[in-house]
Amino acid sequence: MMRLVAIPLLLSLGACDDPSMHRQNRYETYGKARLFPDDAEARTPPAGTVSQSALARETALADPPPVDAALLERGRQRYEAICTPCHGYTGHGDGMIVQRGFPPPPSFHEDRLRAAPATYFVDVITKGYGVMYAYAARVEPRDRWAIAAYIRALQLSQGAHVADVPGLAEKLP
Amino acid sequence: MVQIFRPGADTIARIVLFAIPTVPVLAVGFAYSLWHSPYATAQDVTREQPVPFSHEHHVGGLGIDCRYCHTSVEKAAFAGLPPTQTCMSCHSQIWTNAPMLAPVRASLAEDRPIEWQRVHNLPGYVYFNHSVHVAKGVGCTTCHGPVQTMKLIRQAAPLTMGWCLDCHRNPAPSLRPHEAVFDVDWQPPENQAEVGARLAKERHIASPQRLSECSICHR
Repeated sequence: MMRLVAIPLLLSLGACDDPSMHRQNRYETYGKARLFPDDAEARTPPAGTVSQSALARETALADPPPVDAALLERGRQRYEAICTPCHGYTGHGDGMIVQRGFPPPPSFHEDRLRAAPATYFVDVITKGYGVMYAYAARVEPRDRWAIAAYIRALQLSQGAHVADVPGLAEKLP
Repeated sequence: MVQIFRPGADTIARIVLFAIPTVPVLAVGFAYSLWHSPYATAQDVTREQPVPFSHEHHVGGLGIDCRYCHTSVEKAAFAGLPPTQTCMSCHSQIWTNAPMLAPVRASLAEDRPIEWQRVHNLPGYVYFNHSVHVAKGVGCTTCHGPVQTMKLIRQAAPLTMGWCLDCHRNPAPSLRPHEAVFDVDWQPPENQAEVGARLAKERHIASPQRLSECSICHR
């Protein structure tokens, strides 16, 4: 009888390490991992690895989505979150980081960039240009097209004429 | 006859009698307040970091959006900690010789991540997902506090279960329009109760009963 009670009690002592289960024996995102030589839970894929989503991403990059209000809205959100520090809210290349000393990027409203095809902007976001780092890891392929579409909207907004908007001339003082 | 008790014995007896019921009550009260205090919850504790990154400067001063660095906050459980390349997107050109940034440059040169000290540490038995909170309209500062004023990041909320439940039982006061989720200066409008209730309905936020079930957070 005594043994029946004592053995499970002794076995349960093994769990006394952390009875609250506050720290569990698993790896946290970006945590330390003793298993690997660099102590990092986040692993770098071995050279030559192709991710399962690579084909979908390539396709999304090669195939521009149809431009609609939702895409432009998405582009505005991404542009304002990712691009404004340098390119500024209106795309003149006068963002806050430029005001603090970063080399100014060209304005989206110069003739060369007004004439550039949308793929040019998508390529620059993907690969970087000059002192601009590549943003492929930070901006999804579809979002790159959305940003390119929004840049077009910015170009339109900064070069618009009163006559372009029906009925606007009458409303102006 | 010899006196057994000295004259002060009466006082001692009274104190002991008084202490027998009061000390256990005070002890429990003390333990409870300690358990909820910053000492136990790590609330408002700043930690020494390899680089003294200032949210006050980058968010408050420069106005950089949360998502510039925390790129996975809208689509994953983990908000995402920026790789060194994100720091160097700007610091390859500005403050290039700042001694403060030496660990960042070393990290890029040696291809070795910077080892930040974790500030928000949930227990292992808690499941938390950033993306669903963002998608339903809970803003960053609702839980993380005014990060735009923090020179070093600290845990603004107690992160206790009671604190989580406060909102799960009554989400309406914390719900924002989608465009305001990342706005660190957002203040609730006058009619927040009304707006919050409407947003909760539009976004199909589950009932307080459902949101306070154990399996919502303990999976």
